[in-house]
Amino acid sequence: MTDTPDSDGSGGDDPAVDAAEVEHVAELARVRLAEGERETFAEQFAAILEYFEALDEVPDLDREEDLVNVMREDEIEGGLSQAEALSNAAETEDGFFKGPKVS
Amino acid sequence: MAADLNAFITEETIEGDGEGPLADTTVAVKDNISTAGVRTTCGSEMLADYVPPYSATVVERLTDAGATVVGKTNMDEFGMGTTTETSAFGPTRNPADPERVPGGSSGGSAAAVAAGEADVALGSDTGGSVRCPAAFCGVVGIKPTYGLVSRYGLVAYANSLEQIGPIAGTVEEAAEALSVIAGPDPNDGTTRDPAAVEGAGVPQGGYAAAADGDVDGLTVGVPTELFEGADERVVETVEDAIACLEDRGAETVEISLPSVEHAVQAYYVIATGEASSNLARFDGVRYGHRADSDGNWNESFAETREAFGAEVKRRILLGTYALSAGYHDKYYEKAQDAREWVRRDFEDAFDDVDVIASPTMPVLPFELGEGLEDPLRMYLADANTTPVNLANLPAISVPAGEADGLPVGLQLVGPKFGEATVIRAASAVEDR
Repeated sequence: MTDTPDSDGSGGDDPAVDAAEVEHVAELARVRLAEGERETFAEQFAAILEYFEALDEVPDLDREEDLVNVMREDEIEGGLSQAEALSNAAETEDGFFKGPKVS
Repeated sequence: MAADLNAFITEETIEGDGEGPLADTTVAVKDNISTAGVRTTCGSEMLADYVPPYSATVVERLTDAGATVVGKTNMDEFGMGTTTETSAFGPTRNPADPERVPGGSSGGSAAAVAAGEADVALGSDTGGSVRCPAAFCGVVGIKPTYGLVSRYGLVAYANSLEQIGPIAGTVEEAAEALSVIAGPDPNDGTTRDPAAVEGAGVPQGGYAAAADGDVDGLTVGVPTELFEGADERVVETVEDAIACLEDRGAETVEISLPSVEHAVQAYYVIATGEASSNLARFDGVRYGHRADSDGNWNESFAETREAFGAEVKRRILLGTYALSAGYHDKYYEKAQDAREWVRRDFEDAFDDVDVIASPTMPVLPFELGEGLEDPLRMYLADANTTPVNLANLPAISVPAGEADGLPVGLQLVGPKFGEATVIRAASAVEDR
């Protein structure tokens, strides 16, 4: 993605990600960035993604995952009380969590 | 002492049941392991006031065994770091040298044990977070086989990689704590009973019984890849410790694990991918910090999550990027191939050797503040620990000695559910 040979990846004209792309990914992840983080992250991601490029050298493998489902009888068991479940919520109403407005 | 080191985020006692194998034992618990009624912050502003309504299985097992919990230990935020400096509650200092980091992410746990503030501590190890701080603080840390210890009540960072493990001053004490917390749990479907696994030995009397120092006839594999690039003072100290295993009748053979060159890349792609999904739960609605926002759901969600620290944001974003359309095959699929390759490499190696020895950390403990601006440099310090998580294997870090007055850890890796073997080998290094 980048042909800059410098190991910190910050000196090239063609970084793997630019600040706008960082902002886009942050929006997808619903994370607001602090002042200056866009630019810092763009630089750091360039170095990290350049390092990840070496994954291209890994051979394609048939993965032998030996997985089984772990099931149990569907029996009613005790759980948290409603009060316990709500005990850490910032806002509740009539025994429900109250979230921000949807739109 | 504890206040100076900042090993604890919360110092509060949970009394044990009095009797049992851990009666009179004090335990410090990493602050990403839930404790009913005692706040559990994960080293994050996001959970600064979070008080779990239930306890993790491991905490129940410790108190049932008589142990007294003395507090919740400092950690890199959500386990994301190698130094305990990404904590929202300030860095922990290394008892061996207060100007240096204790390692991470379970730095508070290792520091508490090294400083005598607790007999035993629990950490969690996703890519080395028990073994790294054990090595840097000069104590013992065990990363169990994936599935040996319940993760119920552990706040998830990367589920497919992490295990809770004990940290203690001696191999025997760590092994004793492991026996108490190990075993199947109906609340964690990934746990297994080691007694039901072919070839897995749980000694009579529990894991502590394996700490007998008897390595006569043991074959120790020494992988060149995990020594290349390590600080030569570390290499020298670790080679001395391996020589002592030879003196006691063990045989060493050089082996090669070519796949481990890709372990750090694979680890960071997989771990950040899982983290980006796991940490989506912190929306400020059901628990945790909530921003005072006038915006709609999405805006409010994003503003709330501004409270994550920089390293956590970095990993959520990297994971989101690596899993996003167009990049999934390039990063995530290749990382899974690398994981499979690492798994096979170790499996093949264990056809010929009983344990695999290397430095736990390729470097001596960093000075405080040394690596905060260069995340990739910190990631590369996980070169020797991450392969073990990718391969789901058990490993121990045991003090190998000192270099320039600083602790150096020897890592011993065993085959799946081969905890007894790594405990036995480590005990021989310890009492030389």
